[in-house]
Amino acid sequence: MRNKKSPLGLYIHIPFCVKKCAYCDFLSMKASGEIQKQYVDALISELDSVRTITNSYELQTIYLGGGTPSVLDINLLWKILEKVQNVFLIDLSRMKEVTLEVNPGTVSMEKWKEYHKMGIQRISMGVQSTHNDELELLGRIHTYEQFLENYYGARETGFANISIDLMSALPNQSLDKYRISLERIAKLSPEHISSYSLIVEENTPFWALYGENGRKEKELPTEEMDRAMYKATKEILSLYGYQRYEISNYAKAGYESIHNSSYWMGVPYLGVGLGASSYLENNRYQNRSDMQGYLKYAADTEKRRNLVEALTKEDQMSEFMFLGLRRMCGVSQTDFMKAFGQTMEQIFGEVLHKMEKEKLLEIKDDRVFLTDKGIDVSNYVFSEFWL
Amino acid sequence: MYTSAKAALGTYTNLAAGCKVLPEDSEYIEIRIDKGANIVIEQSKIRNFCIVAHIDHGKSTLADRIIEKTGLLTSREMQAQVLDNMDLERERGITIKAQTVRIVYKAKDGEEYIFNLIDTPGHVDFNYEVSRSLAACEGAILIVDAAQGIEAQTLANCYLALDHDLEILPVINKIDLPSADPERVKAEIEDVIGLDTEFAPLISAKQGLNIEDVLEQIVAQIPAPSGKLDSPFKALIFDSLYDAYKGVIVFCRVFDGRVGKGTKIRMMATKAEAEVVEVGTFGAGQFIPCEELTAGMVGYITASLKNVKDTRVGDTITNAKNPCEAPLPGYKKVNPMVYCGMYPADGAKYPDLRDALEKLQLNDASLQFEPETSIALGFGFRCGFLGLLHLEIIQERLEREYNLDIVTTAPSVIYQVYKTDGEMLEITNPSNLPDPSVIDHMKEPIVSAEIMVTTEFVGPIMTLCQERRGVYLGMEYIETTRALLKYDLPLNEIIYDFFDALKSRSRGYASFDYEMKGYVPSELVKLDILINKEEVDALSFIVHAETAYERGRKMCEKLKKEIPRHLFEIPVQAAIGSKVIARETVKAMRKDVLAKCYGGDISRKKKLLEKQKEGKKRMRQVGNVEIPQQAFMSVLKLDEE
Repeated sequence: MRNKKSPLGLYIHIPFCVKKCAYCDFLSMKASGEIQKQYVDALISELDSVRTITNSYELQTIYLGGGTPSVLDINLLWKILEKVQNVFLIDLSRMKEVTLEVNPGTVSMEKWKEYHKMGIQRISMGVQSTHNDELELLGRIHTYEQFLENYYGARETGFANISIDLMSALPNQSLDKYRISLERIAKLSPEHISSYSLIVEENTPFWALYGENGRKEKELPTEEMDRAMYKATKEILSLYGYQRYEISNYAKAGYESIHNSSYWMGVPYLGVGLGASSYLENNRYQNRSDMQGYLKYAADTEKRRNLVEALTKEDQMSEFMFLGLRRMCGVSQTDFMKAFGQTMEQIFGEVLHKMEKEKLLEIKDDRVFLTDKGIDVSNYVFSEFWL
Repeated sequence: MYTSAKAALGTYTNLAAGCKVLPEDSEYIEIRIDKGANIVIEQSKIRNFCIVAHIDHGKSTLADRIIEKTGLLTSREMQAQVLDNMDLERERGITIKAQTVRIVYKAKDGEEYIFNLIDTPGHVDFNYEVSRSLAACEGAILIVDAAQGIEAQTLANCYLALDHDLEILPVINKIDLPSADPERVKAEIEDVIGLDTEFAPLISAKQGLNIEDVLEQIVAQIPAPSGKLDSPFKALIFDSLYDAYKGVIVFCRVFDGRVGKGTKIRMMATKAEAEVVEVGTFGAGQFIPCEELTAGMVGYITASLKNVKDTRVGDTITNAKNPCEAPLPGYKKVNPMVYCGMYPADGAKYPDLRDALEKLQLNDASLQFEPETSIALGFGFRCGFLGLLHLEIIQERLEREYNLDIVTTAPSVIYQVYKTDGEMLEITNPSNLPDPSVIDHMKEPIVSAEIMVTTEFVGPIMTLCQERRGVYLGMEYIETTRALLKYDLPLNEIIYDFFDALKSRSRGYASFDYEMKGYVPSELVKLDILINKEEVDALSFIVHAETAYERGRKMCEKLKKEIPRHLFEIPVQAAIGSKVIARETVKAMRKDVLAKCYGGDISRKKKLLEKQKEGKKRMRQVGNVEIPQQAFMSVLKLDEE
């Protein structure tokens, strides 16, 4: 008899971009073709080195993110995916979900066709805005028109699962201008839309302008405006048949991202590549994020990655709550009981009732979930679940 | 045994033996002087002195050099500033507790002298302790910075020393500084204080320059003690400390007679009596037991006393069976001038706080405390201090040495409240102020202050004093560029941040000294702070009616910054009685959400939540508002902007 293996998500990080966006604090850089080639070789050696993971896990989803995976040479991408199939003994076409992040400024019909041929099932395109002045402000390398052309190209090629990323609360953005972007995108009818309220991160060019005491801090929309945009997102998208299923994610029925949902449901994942994070056996790891070190030690698990934290049972219970609550369907009390052998009421009863009374959480039968008001202050809600 | 002790007596070795730690089983025991042996250190060879100076003029450094030069410690063994024992003292560069050391100096005349150096506390909060240390001496070294010249505390300390009829030996320090101008400073000392500076040593304590001069001058200028050996025992307590094994260790200067193991002693003011267990002298931070302390000597006594309250600084010790006629003059019980509430940040630590305060009090008789409760802060203590520095020191020691997180309320002075029925109350906690309808009038304490400042800053400093309700008394020019301003100032105006304001408005050039003057009637009101319409008792304070509005407004502004946003709007109001005089609003939190949280974000995001949760632990719940502990203390510093 064979033991049933646990499901696993695979994240592959491609830390290259044509140009870094003004708001971006992700691990990405411009790089020569030579470095890209070396990086892919390193990735492949890393994949080789984690082969034994297949003894206990069964790969379900693959997500190629970045950076901009679509800047990679097609041949390099082929190499990566062939290695993945070889290591995990799978066929991409049999996967539940294989996503590739694409920058609308880096694709062409040829690339779409190759991606399709490789077995990529789902495309995630970051457009961020449909207004070219906003795209410029954000430091994006593409126009709205370029995006449209490529979106249609993807459809023409046969991609039937496309996600579009948008941003709200941009400097000087009006509610109307944001609505227009939302509606334009919704009318294209992608299967999935993510809309993120701008976070001005430290160590980005935006921080100097819009960060605390930044010269242009006042150009950022007020919190009230930010929330009005957030509310409008749900209202408009629901008219077009999208359901909000996570704080910033909307999908047509059946098109919720399986890979991303697994992060919020405590499903283990393996991250490969520069600075990639993994969650395995209740441990969180992170690969080193210096390129030279990564290239050198990609195949050496000891030297490549660090144990960031080993989760205690309390940690796991807290995570169960505050990751799970990001999903609009919330968390299940039965699942909690199954996972930890104690009831949610026993562990979090007091907080649950306090939050319910404050109308930040709703408890309906087995499920506990955030109210709209709870979403607005979800960090406050989540912090209460810290054990 | 007797012979060997006697034989060794006149030699350096024997005198110096007093400065070494002797293990009980050491052979040196052999040369200890037997009880009853008629061996007395000649008073003519003793010099009892202290060093007085303005802060930073080099008092502790000179003390170190003297100790080093006299061979008590080699420079390798010296840690900078031996006498400042507490970490806190070294960090702040001030002496908090008086320290004493006995050293032997072989002078150029070939004789060996015993120096008893009593290092005095260097802050106006401890003026009484300083005065008692001075009373234990025959002379004082007055250090003046060769660049800065005379400062406010130079004068205050010098006058204090003159009051005690001490021989004053001026020393010009820091002559190595490029800006040093010893001739000008000498002239200043002659003009302002009237001391002869002809023989004043010019030194650099830091570089060890001309220290010999100082030592020779001590021998030549400072008179030897002249106590009567045959009179009944009479000694002055100038400090005491508590030791877990020995009990209270009393630091004293013997004026007349003698004391040794077995003597039954009495403290003349506190009436406490005990039998002496041990007497001895001081090494550098060490106690060296000896057989007997005699007239003219400085040393310590242990007598299984359990409480420093029994051994008040300034009290006279005498022989219980054969008491002296009258105590030494000048004893007074020092009373706290500044009070505040101290609460454990974590309510469960209340017993720990009580234990810690009790332990600190063992060494610090001027620290007072009694339990009190606050609606906002729970169980805590109302504590009395000599001044704000004393308060800060206690707070820091509680936090460092006892690992306690402390919330303190705004400091208050003692107000005299005269009720309509004629009763007078002394109020140290604003919450205890009776209803205004039964108050006839109130009085507040006033100090007379002297501020020394370069003439260019006279304007700003006068403005500052006026803002603080000062009454101008006069101004003297010390020299053409420096003036001494005299003001009467209400104590409650200087206990918060007067010193900081003085420094910033004079770019550090002003120095300041004050002493209590008395009580005067004053138009005082109680200012209450309401957070979300609820009065927070721990934030109430008493203030002059004229400055109430300004203070109230600043408090509200400050609290608005300190109180985190809640899910609802929070009004912050300042009120006198039922009349609101200022208001600010902490806006409701509308958004606290992280848009993205994927695989790589989780650990980072958890740190954020952890911080948020930790922050909450450090909050105090008042009604349904959580107030950070920081807020209670931030209101102490309203003027820093």
